[in-house]
Amino acid sequence: MAEALLNTQAVFEGLAQNVAIQALRAAHPDAITNAKFDRNELTLVIAADQIRAACRTLQTAGYNFLEDVTCVDWYPAEPRFQVTYHILSLKLKDRVRLHAMVQSIDPSLDSIVPVWPSANFYEREVWDLFGVRFNGHPSLRRIMLPEEWEGHPLRKDYPVEGYR
Amino acid sequence: MSEFDNQHSPENQHAPEIPGFTETSTLVVPRPEEGSKDHTMVLNMGPQHPSTHGVLRVVLEIDGETVVKLVPDIGYLHTGIEKTCEAKFYQQVVPLTDRIDYLCPMTNNLAYCLAIEKLLQLEIPERAQWMRVLLNELTRLNSHLVWLGTHAMDIGALTVFLYTFREREEILRIFEHVSGQRMMTSYFRIGGLALDPPLDFFSSVRALVKILPEKIDEYENLLTGNPIFIGRLKNVGFLTANDAIALGVTGPPLRASGVDWDLRRDMPYSSYEKFRFEVPVSNDGDVWARYIVRLREMRESVKICQQALDGMPEGPIKADAPHVVLPEREKMKTQMEALIYHFKIVTEGFQVPAGEVYQAVESPRGEMGYYAVSDGTAKPYRVHMRNPSFATLQALETMCVGRLIADVVAVIGSIDIVLGEIDR
Repeated sequence: MAEALLNTQAVFEGLAQNVAIQALRAAHPDAITNAKFDRNELTLVIAADQIRAACRTLQTAGYNFLEDVTCVDWYPAEPRFQVTYHILSLKLKDRVRLHAMVQSIDPSLDSIVPVWPSANFYEREVWDLFGVRFNGHPSLRRIMLPEEWEGHPLRKDYPVEGYR
Repeated sequence: MSEFDNQHSPENQHAPEIPGFTETSTLVVPRPEEGSKDHTMVLNMGPQHPSTHGVLRVVLEIDGETVVKLVPDIGYLHTGIEKTCEAKFYQQVVPLTDRIDYLCPMTNNLAYCLAIEKLLQLEIPERAQWMRVLLNELTRLNSHLVWLGTHAMDIGALTVFLYTFREREEILRIFEHVSGQRMMTSYFRIGGLALDPPLDFFSSVRALVKILPEKIDEYENLLTGNPIFIGRLKNVGFLTANDAIALGVTGPPLRASGVDWDLRRDMPYSSYEKFRFEVPVSNDGDVWARYIVRLREMRESVKICQQALDGMPEGPIKADAPHVVLPEREKMKTQMEALIYHFKIVTEGFQVPAGEVYQAVESPRGEMGYYAVSDGTAKPYRVHMRNPSFATLQALETMCVGRLIADVVAVIGSIDIVLGEIDR
């Protein structure tokens, strides 16, 4: 297993040949706010307002398959929501993980459905279970829970059992 | 206008106005009539429809028999497994993973265990890795047998179901023999396997693997040359390679659309790189191509099982990590240290270093991925499952629009849907 590179500078130096990092740095010099290479997995933190552009850049750079969009709630830390994207390149056989950090007050960021139509259900799931809004999503409705459900159950302040 | 008419007028079709509320039965609003012949109607298919393989609801807008629009409605089986995982110790999550996809429990066990082992950076002994491969391929055969039986039954070929379930029963017997359970096996543990395989395990698998190729020939005799079956499957439910990639389709439907991608070969895990097998690909992209790809996959799975049986290494089945893996029963009764470790793992769990991993495996339906986040405690901070059917369901509309309602049934069968895994 390759050695872990835990800060942005080390990742940029250690993985200078990585196609994803090269493409993103060339197209959006200030998009990557943090980077980590741990347990052979590359994680890039992208400025939330540039996520759609970054995804489009990655798509044209050969990372053509969106595997997953999900979210992690870091309550009570701020920014609270970490929206996570896993993007795969079928050609390079390489995977990159993007993070976009979202504030807890009116959490929202740009939808990537215009880039990958497959993000549709994933973003609906994140909206349903975490309450993060995706601007520009074609039909942002609840997907797992009934429409009249109150609250977003995968948030950390939502109890696992009992009444609220 | 009578009271009855008034209730069904378009103004009253919408649900009461609650902010953020959309009544799903009005997702598809029929277009205004354009003359007496040219109009569409909305048909609700499921959640109790037998061809939806569980509780999938599909809202169809149809023009005569032709599908104009299709909206899948899911969530009927949602049980909040991801939330439950956050309240359990790492080892207690394993039985939950079985219940996500009840047709391939071992694949889920494997994906979860590999993810946590990656977080812990554990080395798994070779024998455990090979056993995992062997059982995963048996699981794939099990799942494909259920698919073949139910898919053929949807089309109207009832006989095949009885044949495939005969062989599936043999596989379930093997699972029961090795793990004590027929379906929810929970046989894999973080760090290896739960138990040593019983003495006659390998001989019974050998006997099964020996008869399977001729049984697959038998199914093909019933279906592959059958003109009705061909007529229902060929040139139905097209999906191009570009659409498949854009819509997140994985597994056999992706390969049937001409994309040569299999995680077992392209991003190997659990020593799949030591096995030789072919990845069946077809360029047709229709329901028939998916049928052919899956049948050829079953033959390849039999080959992998054969190789695993022939080359099964000797050695331990659990990693040497006393703080993670439960000690042997005998050691626990004789050694103080083993007893303490056992007590601590059972009562407090084990701590996993902080970090995040994503581990994907090739399940019978496509890419099954587990995203696990640890904050350094004994309970996972977040476990997310990336499920193949969930993504593939988004391609349903692309495949069905412009076709007949009967083709929707064929297409749902061909994507081999499991609702437990979609809803979680």
